[in-house]
Amino acid sequence: MTLVFDALLALALLVSAWRALAAPEPGRAVVLFILFGLLLSLAWARLSAPDIALAEAAIGAGLTGALLLDALRGGRGGR
Amino acid sequence: MKALPRLAILLFLLALAAALVRAVLDLPPPAVDLPAAVAANLGKSGVEHPVTAVLLNFRGYDTLLEVAVLLIALLGVVAVARPTPQHQAKDDANPVLQTLARLLAPLLVLAAGYLLWAGGHRPGGAFQAAALLAGAVVLLRLAGLLPAWPRPHWVLRLGVVLGLFVFLGVAALGQGALLTYPPELAGALILLIEAGLTLSLGLILAGLFLAFAAHREAS
Repeated sequence: MTLVFDALLALALLVSAWRALAAPEPGRAVVLFILFGLLLSLAWARLSAPDIALAEAAIGAGLTGALLLDALRGGRGGR
Repeated sequence: MKALPRLAILLFLLALAAALVRAVLDLPPPAVDLPAAVAANLGKSGVEHPVTAVLLNFRGYDTLLEVAVLLIALLGVVAVARPTPQHQAKDDANPVLQTLARLLAPLLVLAAGYLLWAGGHRPGGAFQAAALLAGAVVLLRLAGLLPAWPRPHWVLRLGVVLGLFVFLGVAALGQGALLTYPPELAGALILLIEAGLTLSLGLILAGLFLAFAAHREAS
């Protein structure tokens, strides 16, 4: 059961990373990047590294995502 | 037309990936058994969680320099961001978002305090707590409840550097080598450093966001 979960998680990581890179519009890419960060923190938790999982969820997905969203809004509205 | 170059790139990347996998599988076993060394010295470190012991006691230098790097990054952003004549929070913000932010911000601060305290004996610590604090600030900013930071007030500037100075002060006060804590005081000193780091890192991470926000409003 855990093996199935891990395999699904690894697959979802690869797919979300690829979709984020290949997304045609930046907004979708940012949302997929945040999704990728959350999945990655799950993966760290599965690798029994809860410290890195916490840091990844808070900094990788949360703050970086907020910065990217802000940059996106600035790029549209500022010019 | 473009199929052939793409195929070549794909083949090259696959070969590169195969070489990487091969290299990782061929890595020699580490010469020193670090987890065992950490476990053996955990009693002297002043904390019960091995990750915190490594970050703030055994490899305190790394953490000190990381904080310095983050501080320099913020200084660069603040130097680049141009100050605006008026930097009031926007009042066209969503009232639902504002109410939610007002409710969530105290909870985030509470959770940050818990993570800081938990760092001594379970997963948690200054960086994670700081990220939560910064998240609270960013949320308040997005809800229009906080102004941007075109020119940070001197209290904010003091808060940004406080953690690094507390860290440096503790490092300088230690007898013998830098960052060698006396074992009986190690727990209290680490908690002191982590508290300072939580505040300063939270302000630094939030400042990276707020200074850019100010920059955008100016341009």
